[in-house]
Amino acid sequence: MNNEIKDHSHIKGWGVDADKKNDPTYPMQNRIDGPSKYERKSQNQQPVLQEVLHSNERPNVSAVTGLGPEPSGLSGKLRRFAFEHGEGEFSHWIPLILADRINAVEGIVNDIKDGRFPDIIKEKGWPAQWKHDKKGLIKKLAVYGAITVGTIWLLRGKGDK
Amino acid sequence: MLATNYRGKRRIRVDKDAPMPEIRHPQDSIIKVTRTCICGSDLHLYNGNVPDTRIGSVFGHEFVGTVTEIGSEVTNIKVGDHVIVPFNIACGECIFCEQELYASCHESNAQSTALGGIFGYSHIAGGHQGGQAEYVRVPYSNVGPVVIPENMDLDDAVLLTDILPTGYQAAEMGGIQKGDTVVVFGAGPVGIMAAKCAWLFGAGRVIVIDKEEYRLDFVKKYANCEVYNFLSMDDPVRFIKQITDWLGADVCIDAVGAEAAGDALQTITGRKLLLQAGSATALQWAINSVRKGGIVSVVGVYGPTGNLVPIGNVVNKGITIRAGQASVKRLLPRLIKHVQDGIISPKELITHRIPLEEAADAYRMFSEKLDYIIKPVLIPPSVTY
Ligand SMILES: NC(=O)c1ccc[n+]([C@@H]2O[C@H](COP(=O)([O-])OP(=O)(O)OC[C@H]3O[C@@H](n4cnc5c(N)ncnc54)[C@H](O)[C@@H]3O)[C@@H](O)[C@H]2O)c1
Ligand SMILES: [Zn+2]
Ligand SMILES: [Zn+2]
Repeated sequence: MNNEIKDHSHIKGWGVDADKKNDPTYPMQNRIDGPSKYERKSQNQQPVLQEVLHSNERPNVSAVTGLGPEPSGLSGKLRRFAFEHGEGEFSHWIPLILADRINAVEGIVNDIKDGRFPDIIKEKGWPAQWKHDKKGLIKKLAVYGAITVGTIWLLRGKGDK
Repeated sequence: MLATNYRGKRRIRVDKDAPMPEIRHPQDSIIKVTRTCICGSDLHLYNGNVPDTRIGSVFGHEFVGTVTEIGSEVTNIKVGDHVIVPFNIACGECIFCEQELYASCHESNAQSTALGGIFGYSHIAGGHQGGQAEYVRVPYSNVGPVVIPENMDLDDAVLLTDILPTGYQAAEMGGIQKGDTVVVFGAGPVGIMAAKCAWLFGAGRVIVIDKEEYRLDFVKKYANCEVYNFLSMDDPVRFIKQITDWLGADVCIDAVGAEAAGDALQTITGRKLLLQAGSATALQWAINSVRKGGIVSVVGVYGPTGNLVPIGNVVNKGITIRAGQASVKRLLPRLIKHVQDGIISPKELITHRIPLEEAADAYRMFSEKLDYIIKPVLIPPSVTY
């Protein structure tokens, strides 16, 4: 792939066993003959009016991009850093995972700033769990409770020493 | 408008004042959503396991609706049409779309070169806002949307955006030959459809494995298959060998993906500590229980980093692995016909109709498998039909 079509006739037996059906993607991929090349056809570029981070494994922003939330705040800094690294690198993914966690905290802070105190019980769908699985909910809360009490106890124990 | 809003791990809010989507590209259209589903794929986002899922994202990639506005170059649909929108966003012209690999479009996702754009599926899938909202922007409207045929039930139509094509492609990628024994891991909507479709390719025996008894009961009737609960097995792989003449299945389908249960090591490293891109239990079982020279078809979704899979066994057994996000547009003409001919009735999978305003509860129910849920559909308040 990515080769110009060349004359291979000098290679003895070139292509004698070629079989279009010997293709695990057959018949789901309507294979086109010839070298694969990257080109823009009539896809117009959507005006890029917001910050779009693009993979460094491609030269450009795709013709169409999503209009979901832009990178912002500390999580945004991490996301920008992540996109300096290739998609095969942990240095791409770990900052993104971290950014997601930080972004959740930023979300709560921004909500409160906007005078909108997050209703976490509702957001987490606890009312549905209560309605359909009271036992499960009580068990979960008990486990969380025990973990919290245990952690506090451990931390206090350390402090005492 | 009303829209879901992701607030962090397992937190969904429904906003009443979300901004209306706008046309930003000559091939965009705006669709007023009439039905939108929650998918097993949404659970990976909901659980916070997909990197670059930003706060404020609108989820939802399974939706149908009416066209309210079109861009200057849209000719394929018109205002007022009621359309099925494939979950993949595809330009129709790039080298991958040209080969009908519509899930791999190169012009709809700047953030990742592994995947085309998907509605409401994080920035890894292009950062497109999704359809769990009253309105949604649909890029490349000359390519994706298909007018819902007259007389087709909207509940059937919405399952043509993903679930039926994905289940069908799972079976198709299995390369099933007449008489083959097919094992499907997962009796969620995707696994149920995969089991149903396996027969269309001439399977001789279809076996479904899950842990939810009610889902196994459903698929047993819906797809006339054998079902087994892995909770009652010491070793699911050995069990499958035992019931397949000690050879293994000809074809194994992973319709579970990253949220798999059943193996403590996989669960802890994959779902709790995020040391791998989700738990690969079902894939591990699929590889180990297929016969030598068999085929493993993977539609279960995993994260982008890496997973613990027995690759040595893949080599030693000479297994072929085929995988992919479903290429919905490629399959739609055939599947619309199958639905119209009564070969498949997707709407039977819908167990819950929940107002869009109650999306947070719906996510919790679907994720926790509460109230015998199989497939929930969310309905915006202005939709009365
Ligand atoms: N490739 C695609 O195009 C595509 C499209 C849609 C969905 N998906 C993926 O398909 C998968 C299934 O989707 P769904 O909507 O049916 O989800 P779901 O969560 O409703 O179903 C998954 C089922 O798997 C079962 N399960 C868990 N661990 C198992 C194991 N080890 N063995 C067997 N079964 C097990 C669960 O009990 C559940 O019933 C998800 O990973 C989803 O992301 C892929
Ligand atoms: Zn889906
Ligand atoms: Zn394309």
